[in-house]
Amino acid sequence: MKFRSPLSTARGLGSAKSGTHHWWMQRVTAIALIPLIIWFLISAIGLIGAEFDVVEAWVAQPLTSVLLILFAVAFFYHMKLGVQVVIEDYVHGEGRKLALLLGVNFAAIGLTVACIFSILKIAFGG
Amino acid sequence: MADASQTNRPRPLSPHIGTYRWGAHMAASIFHRGTGLALAFGGVVFTWWLLSLATGKDAYAQFEAVAGSLIGELALIGFTYALVQHALGGLRHLYMDTGAGYEIHGNRRLSKIIFVVAVLLTALIWAFGKGHI
Repeated sequence: MKFRSPLSTARGLGSAKSGTHHWWMQRVTAIALIPLIIWFLISAIGLIGAEFDVVEAWVAQPLTSVLLILFAVAFFYHMKLGVQVVIEDYVHGEGRKLALLLGVNFAAIGLTVACIFSILKIAFGG
Repeated sequence: MADASQTNRPRPLSPHIGTYRWGAHMAASIFHRGTGLALAFGGVVFTWWLLSLATGKDAYAQFEAVAGSLIGELALIGFTYALVQHALGGLRHLYMDTGAGYEIHGNRRLSKIIFVVAVLLTALIWAFGKGHI
């Protein structure tokens, strides 16, 4: 028996009205993060215990700045999607769930902006 | 209205998680979630690192004092492990998204390999970073 109307089948958005968007963006950000993490880890190895000027000069290089901004955006988007699922799985009170979901969204955006601003300030000669 | 009692009947439950025997595949699954959550805190430390660098030498010295302490360094090693474990676990999930790797023996073996490789890579990264290699 088929309960779904032809229109809802065509839209493919399901009961949550967002279809596979959450799942898909989790994968898109994950795939983007793989090369960025390899680059970041290899770079970070050389930065352990490095002087302020050395680290600052490294961040200020255009390629580094661009990759760090991409890393921050993909990282915190991925974090928001992942933590959201954990909250939806384990937090059952509607009020607490809503508050935590709001908090994760605000934190993800706040941390992304803080990273981007810091990188740009260093890059443009803070 | 004989149906009223039927609607109040307790719904069937799946077996409690405690009845399952632990295996590498279960560990890989919950470690993926655990390391993901840990990395959210890693993201906060990453942001603190960049903010302190943008603020100036004094702020960066404060960050270095915490990050360079014994607890700070252990936390950074922990974040490195979490990042490697979560990245490898993520690749496992991408592989499983294709419909492959659900057979229990292969799944268990892949999960074990990921744990070993994650620990080895973390050790390698820090051995290089500390100049031991």
